[in-house]
Amino acid sequence: MSEPQTLFDKLWSSHEIAHREDGAALLWIDRHYIHEGSFHAFSQMKSRGRNVAEPGLTFGVADHYVPTRHRDRDIANAEIAAMVRNLTGNAAEAGVTLFGLNDPRQGIVHVVFPEQGLTLPGLSIVCGDSHTSTHGAFGAYAFGIGASEVAHVLMTQTLWQKKPKRMRVTVDGAALPGVAAKDIALAIIARLHSDGAQGHAIEYAGSAIAALSMEGRMTLCNLSIEAGGRCGMVAPDATTFAYLKDRPYAPKGAAFDRATEAWSRLVSDTDAAFDSEVTLDAAAIAPIVTWGTTPDDALPIDAAAPDPARETDAARASYVREALDYMGIAPGKKLNEIAIDRVFIGSCTNSRIEDLRAAAVVLDGRVSKVPGLVSPGSSSVKRQAEQEGLDRIFRAAGLEWAESGCSMCVGINGDVVPPGERCASTTNRNFRGRQGPGARTHLMSPAMVAAAAVNGHLADVRPLLAGRKL
Amino acid sequence: MEKFVHLTAKACPLTQPNINTDQILPARYLKWPRSRGIGQVLFQDLRFDSEGREIADFPLNRPEWRDARIVVAGRNFGGGSSREAAVYALYDYGIACVIAPSFGDIFAQNAVKNGLLTAILPEAEIAELSDAIASAPTEAVTVDLEQQTITRGNRSYSFTVDPVSRNQLLNGWDDVDLTESRRDEITAFKADDKRKRPWATPSAP
Repeated sequence: MSEPQTLFDKLWSSHEIAHREDGAALLWIDRHYIHEGSFHAFSQMKSRGRNVAEPGLTFGVADHYVPTRHRDRDIANAEIAAMVRNLTGNAAEAGVTLFGLNDPRQGIVHVVFPEQGLTLPGLSIVCGDSHTSTHGAFGAYAFGIGASEVAHVLMTQTLWQKKPKRMRVTVDGAALPGVAAKDIALAIIARLHSDGAQGHAIEYAGSAIAALSMEGRMTLCNLSIEAGGRCGMVAPDATTFAYLKDRPYAPKGAAFDRATEAWSRLVSDTDAAFDSEVTLDAAAIAPIVTWGTTPDDALPIDAAAPDPARETDAARASYVREALDYMGIAPGKKLNEIAIDRVFIGSCTNSRIEDLRAAAVVLDGRVSKVPGLVSPGSSSVKRQAEQEGLDRIFRAAGLEWAESGCSMCVGINGDVVPPGERCASTTNRNFRGRQGPGARTHLMSPAMVAAAAVNGHLADVRPLLAGRKL
Repeated sequence: MEKFVHLTAKACPLTQPNINTDQILPARYLKWPRSRGIGQVLFQDLRFDSEGREIADFPLNRPEWRDARIVVAGRNFGGGSSREAAVYALYDYGIACVIAPSFGDIFAQNAVKNGLLTAILPEAEIAELSDAIASAPTEAVTVDLEQQTITRGNRSYSFTVDPVSRNQLLNGWDDVDLTESRRDEITAFKADDKRKRPWATPSAP
């Protein structure tokens, strides 16, 4: 009998080409996703006089810098226009398939490639973006890398890596109505802290995880990096296979059946050893919002902001004081009394069709007290939402319905939260200045953002769901 | 790539936890090519106010630490975004070593590719070292990667570093060259893998 293996062990060993004495292994990369930010790597590659080794395994999309309004016009900002043009040029030169600005498949990298069936179980997937962990939702080994590693993958389709440790996060039980994958993820991050999973590959397991849709699993795996994790993953199952069937780039017919047979073996063996284990009870998780400047500053909506005077640790007290000061929140303030200036629904974390539906259920027939922007995760999600009439609900509520891109999550396409303003946001980072210099971000689920919009302050979504079909 | 063997320089304490890559290099500078002088905007929103005036009490703005080449940092330095330009900004400003209790994984990987050492010391030793630096700011600190020691005056600390990173920094290894030396193994893997995992190749849409 061979040693029982975790899902991650299986993924790792199936990609190992060679290893060195110091512990580094050379891994084969099955998919490489690129975007406008990959320009440093293309420069590095060109300066060595090299070409893209496997253009057929490299796929590009314009997302980080694309405008979310007026796609029919030229991009007004010359520097931003150059970023998009540069990607188009690099992809064309290398023979890489690109879903460019006006392609009907365009959208956010971590929404588009699963949607297209390019992300599959058992693959190694890299991208120059920390939220690449998203693709682990399919039982893939997916992780973010920097420009030098992007250049290395472009040139060789391989990467030197040290094997991460293995962590299992088990969430059992049934989540309460109004509690979304985002709430589960924020509860996990609050438990682990921003660096608790550093150096680890996380496997999410348990009945509450198995009950999640693919959209929910993507939200969960997406946020692995916010607990410091190298990657996050969920073992593929019937939900995964049903999502993948008939996707454009996925195997078809008999090949699909043979693939699902192989993918079904991508589970952690009984008795497989993990380096660390964490368990949570789904039924104990309430809707969560963040109050501070890291995603682990997350508390249930009925809680109060911390008070530095009550912190026993001096360093912690100092952190809390500075975070509250930046956020403009009085110590001990009840979270559901914090007034907001605007809302944002979008990003690779929460912009898929299910996320838009969850927000629309709350907003239907109601009006937002603050302005807000809804940016669907992909142009396909946008079309589907419009077929379902979700765009009309958002517009009727007073929110702006825009095109797809990274938009106000990272603020580099021009969609920013003005200095000092407070935004209830479905995004992934409440870092200082993340949504624009001086911007104050509260992270939460799409339904909770909708509740904040309707109330004009952070609020529990659950009363607003009474009598509505979820 | 750049080697790192040892370094003697001034060290600047920056010990609040979770200084993420958005703080090291705000996203609006990500479209800058490195050649535009990305070191100038290192810690932009911590070093300067919204009018572009220096914030006097930010440690790197203090006269005694303006030319520091070592940063003594808090837990989870460089967490967050994978932007390698955060490392370019540090390195081009002049920082060649960051000492902290822990680092964001992607940041640490990016650092080694650019000759920047991420040295790990326990939190208590970081506190001791930063207190010592604050009391005599201009006294130099020596970081020796071969011995894995950090020395200041007559006090010496043993630091932890990932052995793969240590090898790479000491030897100045180039990843692409290392990979090229494995060309036969890559070719063999590819052929074998195509048989084992036919589904891994994208299907034509």
